[in-house]
This record gives sequence, C-alpha cells and structure tokens, in this order.
Amino acid sequence: MDNNTIICRCSDLSLQDIRDLINDGYTSLEEIKRISRAGMGPCQGRTCSQLILREISRITGKDIHDLQPCTNRPPTMGIKLKTIADGRESND
Amino acid sequence: MKYTDLAIIGGGPAGLCSAISAASSGAKVLLIDRNEKLGGQLIKQTHMFFGSEKQYASKRGFNISEILLDKLNDYKENVEILNNTTVLGLYEDGVITATKDEKYVKIKPKATIIATGASEKVLAFPNNDLPGIYGAGAVQTLMNVYGIRPGKKVLMIGAGNIGLIVSYQLMQAGVEVVGIIDAAPKIGGYLVHASKVRRMGVPILTRYTVKEAIGNDTLEKVVISKLDENWNPIEGTEEVIETDVMCISVGLSPLAELLQQAGCKMMYVPELGGIAPLRNENYETTVDSIFVAGDVAGVEEASSAMVEGYLTGLCAAEKIGFKHENYLELKKDYRNQLEALRSGPVGTKIRSGINKVMGV
Ligand SMILES: Cc1cc2nc3c(=O)[nH]c(=O)nc-3n(C[C@H](O)[C@H](O)[C@H](O)COP(=O)(O)OP(=O)(O)OC[C@H]3O[C@@H](n4cnc5c(N)ncnc54)[C@H](O)[C@@H]3O)c2cc1C
Repeated sequence: MDNNTIICRCSDLSLQDIRDLINDGYTSLEEIKRISRAGMGPCQGRTCSQLILREISRITGKDIHDLQPCTNRPPTMGIKLKTIADGRESND
Repeated sequence: MKYTDLAIIGGGPAGLCSAISAASSGAKVLLIDRNEKLGGQLIKQTHMFFGSEKQYASKRGFNISEILLDKLNDYKENVEILNNTTVLGLYEDGVITATKDEKYVKIKPKATIIATGASEKVLAFPNNDLPGIYGAGAVQTLMNVYGIRPGKKVLMIGAGNIGLIVSYQLMQAGVEVVGIIDAAPKIGGYLVHASKVRRMGVPILTRYTVKEAIGNDTLEKVVISKLDENWNPIEGTEEVIETDVMCISVGLSPLAELLQQAGCKMMYVPELGGIAPLRNENYETTVDSIFVAGDVAGVEEASSAMVEGYLTGLCAAEKIGFKHENYLELKKDYRNQLEALRSGPVGTKIRSGINKVMGV
C-alpha cells in the first residue's frame, strides 16, 4: 500500500521509499533531498517537504518543531539558461 | 538593473494594500505578481466576505479586489505594476530576480515587502496521484476563473471555511457534493457556512479520514474510515464512496521560500500554518528592510491581510524616508483594526502564533 502513496510527485518517490531512507539513517530533510532529489523538482518542496518532515518526526520520535527545514535557493521555478544569459544586458 | 524605492512581491489583498499605503506616503512602488490579473485569492471568491465594514464585509471577494485596484489607481504616478512576472530569487544584497515573457529581470529596491500568500497542504494516502484528486485552490480556479466544472460528483476533504465555501460554490455550479469529511472532532469553519451546506443536504462527517483512493485511469471510489480519539483509523468502519472528484482542503502554509532565500529567521508555528518568519511590530523580518504582510506572515484571512498590508506599506515607506503625513494616526488605526479582528475566542490561536514569531 505504501508503495502507492506518492510523497514526491516530481521525482516519483513513494511513502515506502521515504521510510526506507529514514530507516537507513537519512534523518534530515536536507539529507533526504540530496540522496533522493525530493524537493528539487518543479514543486521545490512546496508539496512534499511537510509530508517528509512528518514521517521523520514519526519514525525518529523528534518533534517537528526541532527538525531543520532544508536550504532554499533561487530560482523558485525552472528557467532556461539562455534566459539568464540574455539577462546579462541588464547588469550594471 | 531596475531601481525603485519599494518592491512588493505578490498582488493579493496584502500586496495591493501595501502598495496603496506606500504610494500614498510618497514612495515609488513596484508591484510584482505572477498572474495576469491582480487580486490573489480574491479573484476566485464569489461569496460575500466576513469581517467588519472597514474590510469590505458583505462584498464579494472579486469585487473587493476591484475596489482595491481602483484605490491604487489614485496613486498611479507612484506605482508600476509588473504582472505575469514570477520572482525567482531574493538575494542577501536585496536584489530581486524575476522572469517576465521569458526575459530575466533584476530589481534593486531600497526595501521589499513579501506578500506571496500561502500554499496548500496535501495528504498522503494510497493512490493519491490519481487524476480527479484536486486541491481546493485548483477546483476554485477551474470553476470561478475559467468556468470549468472539475467533474460530476465531489467528496470534500476538510470542513474548514475553505472546504465549506468551495462545497457551496461547487453546488452553485451544478456539481453534486456527496459529503464533507474532516479528521478533527469538530467542524473548523464558521457555523453559518456549515449550516448552509447542511441545509442543502450535504452530510458533514467529523473524525473521518481518507483511507485510500481507488480507480483505474481516474478516480472512481474513495474509502473513508472513522478515527479514534488518537487520530488512528478504527478497523471495520470503512465506507466506500463513489465519486469522480476528491477535493482536498486541509489547510495552508505560508509560501515563505523567498524569505528563506534572503536569510530571514524562521520558526515552525503550527498556529500560523507552518514555517513562518520572525518579525517585529512593524512587520519587518530579521533581515533589514525586508517586510512581510498577509498569509505569508501567518495564514489568516483576507480582512487581516488587507490591514497588515496597509500597516506594512506605511512602515516600509517610513523606513526608507517617506513618512505619511498622518503616519502615527494611521498606524494606530491599523493596529486597532488588527487587534479587533483577532479579539475573542476565535482569535486565540492566531494570537498565540503571533506571540511566538514576535518573541513575546
Ligand atoms: C475558498 C476561500 C475562501 C475564503 N474566504 C474568505 C472570507 O470570507 N473572508 C476572509 O477574510 N478571507 C477569506 N479567505 C482567505 C483569503 O483569501 C486569504 O487570507 C488572503 O487572500 C491572503 O492574502 P495575501 O495577499 O496574503 O495572499 P494571496 O491572496 O494568496 O496573494 C498572494 C499573491 O502572490 C503571488 N505570488 C506568490 N509567489 C510569487 C512569486 N514568486 N512571484 C510573483 N508573485 C507571487 C500569487 O500569485 C498571489 O497573487 C478565503 C480563502 C479561500 C481559499
């Protein structure tokens, strides 16, 4: 059942995938992001991160309050490299 | 690089009111929103609003956004609007990057107000990726902005104000609402909204959750089950509901990504919907000259988002040298309005959340 519960739509990770990672010792959002790419797709963690934090809290017994959110970097959505490169004209 | 006095990111009620307030103080304002039409959540709201007269109670949401845009037009010499523009980044030196029509734009303001609103929470259950399962925001956008019905029958998850109101709007659009379920022991939304949908024959089941969704290519059935006192499903209480749409409305969290990029200190505050920024009484964050207003500062309502917008616009303009001639008077008025909106038992939760982010 947990294989059909999708936590990260962008990288297609199920609840079972996330639980396996936590049980393997990846117990922070940052670690899970780096090993699985959850949070690095188009949604940028807006959908999945609260679900993952809740799972970490449930399995490790730590309060969500004490869990670290992961680093948030620009850009907030996908953009072509060409667009950024063309934007150099507006440098001053 | 584009230079301005004040950049406002997000053109919902909070952003629009900040812009009115700052422009009327004399600051040059750049108002940025990713949508074509300004107004944020308001443009999707066809129902009459609650609150007091000062916040346009008993007017419909989309009308309120028109009133605010009209008001903003009074200061048009001070306001530039960048619509269809998504902000991509907010950097330590205060530079904002954005994209409009496939062009990359850089903006350097003297101060910034973040008014990006909130994003919807989701649920984890088997087959939660079946087509036919929507967030309430998507259902509202389809129906009220584009005039498209999401399906024939809807099961609503969440009996807060949004779940109740969207259920009513679905029925107005001729869609059958088979029921509303909520995991909490009590209905979260206002009783007037709940009574209205109940009178129309829609059952509201509290202490129920979604066990699984069933369907081949799209949603066909939903299995719900009763919860015990500790929020655990009770075996044997499963019920199967036939429906082609499930609409999820289980709360919002502040859309705080830009604040996190800029290095603003954040805190997990469940009363405010999730990770929220620390701020002072002028709505300035822990990063100098970065202000917040509306749902991104803590999920609340349009009425408070508007007043927060007016207050923040006033304070941000003052900070960069544009003090409104009635600064003190206005500031006091906005503070009193916010206090009134948050008074009494309904405001308990929000007051407790605000105390946390203000370090009280
Ligand atoms: C169904 C429903 C019914 C409601 N009913 C009521 C009611 O009766 N009374 C009441 O007081 N409140 C009501 N509300 C709540 C109210 O709509 C919100 O609290 C209010 O809209 C919050 O205002 P805001 O300006 O903070 O955010 P929003 O209205 O969400 O506006 C934020 C804006 O920022 C833009 N944005 C976000 N990120 C970016 C970016 N990176 N770049 C550019 N733009 C960006 C968004 O596109 C959006 O236009 C209701 C809400 C819903 C969903």
